[in-house]
Amino acid sequence: MDRDEAFERFSDCAIKVLGVTKDQVKPEASFAGDLDADSLDLVELIMALEDEFSITVPESELEGVDTIGKAFDLVYGKLG
Amino acid sequence: MGIVNGKQLVITGVLNTASIAYRVAELALDEGASVILTGFGRGLSITRRAAAKLAGDIRVVELDASSTASVETAAAEIAAIWDHVDGVVHAIGYAPPSCLDQDMLSAPWEDVATAVQVSAYSLAELARGFKPLMEAAGSSSLVGLDFDATVAWPGYNWMGVAKAAFESLSRYLARELGPINARVNLVSAGPIRTIAAKSIDAFRTFQDEWPRRAPLGWDPLDATAVAKAVLCLTSDYFPMTTGEVIHVDGGYHAMGA
Repeated sequence: MDRDEAFERFSDCAIKVLGVTKDQVKPEASFAGDLDADSLDLVELIMALEDEFSITVPESELEGVDTIGKAFDLVYGKLG
Repeated sequence: MGIVNGKQLVITGVLNTASIAYRVAELALDEGASVILTGFGRGLSITRRAAAKLAGDIRVVELDASSTASVETAAAEIAAIWDHVDGVVHAIGYAPPSCLDQDMLSAPWEDVATAVQVSAYSLAELARGFKPLMEAAGSSSLVGLDFDATVAWPGYNWMGVAKAAFESLSRYLARELGPINARVNLVSAGPIRTIAAKSIDAFRTFQDEWPRRAPLGWDPLDATAVAKAVLCLTSDYFPMTTGEVIHVDGGYHAMGA
């Protein structure tokens, strides 16, 4: 899957789970500051992404993931 | 045949797959039990996602352990599915930020009260709500997750005080529920890196120290040992044990340094 297509699907998940708009889902957007999302929201987003992409993201890898860009890189790195 | 074969277990506190309770549910299913999970509020949708990752079609019931009415509703919902409950696993705790890591003396009573209500009193809520279903089992078990409250930890602060109340309450509930042949025990676990643990900054200090001091070592990323102990306590293999705190901490608690 190419990066753009993956980001499109990532973005759809984020819109659904976080209740944000498409233009808010930018790589530099921070969960806490820009999207008003806390650690529970991030957990739910990652679980939704696990389902969407059929991947597993260990909890331990979520540390330091505080922006859309970092979350996307983490998920994209898991794709075959 | 598994250690909890045929048992009907209500497991609270599965927030995500890193939750200790998730490992309990996973192993319970492996060991032949039927499982109903509970979750509440914003965590409920996450619990449902976690449930979908478990084997089989696992039911998730809404239960807010800080509300008597919610616990009653949940128990009624479960009573419509099962005529008895063999075991209830309490894996519930919350403390507002002012109760953790900061100057203890500046936490307002309202916040401390929330910590004690959600983290300690909730054990009594579960006991009250599920007593009829536990009694119907003939022999049953209520198991809670504890973090050693006999000493003071850095940063754990009012949560530690709540856990001390929790430990005491488990003994009183053991007294209270003995006549219906229900056991009440706690598993005092070493630090496991769950969502709950991540909200405590000082957690890192004892997480790193733990494997050095515990004679058996300790892996904060693996809740299997804790989950096994919880299941043992819900099984038929501790029939005369109640009011007990079992340490599953690699032996840390017994060492002087």
